[in-house]
Amino acid sequence: MNGPHDLGGQHGLGPVAPEKDEPCFHAEWEKRALGITLSCGAFGAWTIDESRHARETLPPATYLAASYYEIWIRALEKLLKRHGFVTQAELDGGQMLEKGREPKRVLKADMVAGALARGGPCDRAVDAPPRFVAGETVRTRNFHPETHTRLPRYARAKVGVVEAVQGSFVFPDDNAHGEGENPQWLYTVVFSASEIWGESADPTLTVSIDAWESYLERV
Amino acid sequence: MSEHHHGHGEGHDHHHHDNHFTDMEARVKALETVLTEKGLIDPAAIDAIVETYETKVGPRNGARVVAKAWSDPEFADWLKRDATAAIASLGFTGRQGEHMRAVFNTPDTHNLIVCTLCSCYPWAVLGLPPVWYKAPAYRSRAVIDPRGVLAEFGLELPAEKKIRVWDSTAELRYLVVPERPEGTDGFDENALANLVTRDAMIGTGLALSPVGAR
Repeated sequence: MNGPHDLGGQHGLGPVAPEKDEPCFHAEWEKRALGITLSCGAFGAWTIDESRHARETLPPATYLAASYYEIWIRALEKLLKRHGFVTQAELDGGQMLEKGREPKRVLKADMVAGALARGGPCDRAVDAPPRFVAGETVRTRNFHPETHTRLPRYARAKVGVVEAVQGSFVFPDDNAHGEGENPQWLYTVVFSASEIWGESADPTLTVSIDAWESYLERV
Repeated sequence: MSEHHHGHGEGHDHHHHDNHFTDMEARVKALETVLTEKGLIDPAAIDAIVETYETKVGPRNGARVVAKAWSDPEFADWLKRDATAAIASLGFTGRQGEHMRAVFNTPDTHNLIVCTLCSCYPWAVLGLPPVWYKAPAYRSRAVIDPRGVLAEFGLELPAEKKIRVWDSTAELRYLVVPERPEGTDGFDENALANLVTRDAMIGTGLALSPVGAR
């Protein structure tokens, strides 16, 4: 979707402010926010793609003003309500009012090391051979779905070169919406800066994205 | 709960990491309480997750990968061909490191990693991302004005050096292998790893020179 998360090339967002000797967390609540988010992810009720979409559908003013863990928490509240684990009244009151849905699993302390070590691999075999080969020139599609996509706006309707076929992976545009994993081939596609940014582009710059097969057309 | 305002002027007015402690503390506390009462989360599991990223998984993992690539050409080749397996051989696997790719700086080309769409980052080798990596300023500008971004990190590259920006739009997580600094002949892997900064492995910095590191 063309949400506030799709930031590539936007102006006016200020200088980068690297912090000297930045701590791992800036506040206790950030630690809890990380742990709660990962714990709820372990329910198995939604995918990483659905959770990304929950974040990118926050109102732009909220999204851009929020720290990153705040974005996580606001999106997590949406997911928990959507999937029947908590109600708004419970969030408002800060206490349980009804039992709610039971998850497939609850992450206990002794499961953490294993769960983090396993992660969530999302490479999946596909039957068809890759449609494009390394070295081939392709054009990205020009679409603007309100649903989730991982083709950034700045890289739509642009001509680039396939640098590598990276294997086949779960297709987020479907997986975010409960429509299945529907894996596709994934390609690293390289663009010249002038193709993306036009006449004042840095001539030494190239930018690549990792694009699912259905994002690409033959030229 | 009231909406927070984007609070400036509380002693750190030029940064994006003012974190609205009071509102968010209350909000997260309410959420944790409800979920704990329902038996949906285990507060001890949260402690274990936090401890993992505070003490076990961080940029020193990535520094070991780079140091080994600098010292062992066969490992460097493996890292180029199959970074996931090469990195896993050192014990670094799992969440946000499931599918790794290593990109090597050369005398001609400097690599820079960004996720313009969220904040994808190779947790397994670099730990949790710094605030600036997740912030709109970096995510918006890394793809259009990387030299300007690098200057804000104090890194001025020669004008003829090409810049390759990798936008992490899929589940591949990128690790930049910086160039090995001069004057490090005979350094063992530990000494080399000490020269590898987190920023060098994102591309917003270079490896330290042995003189500067002393």
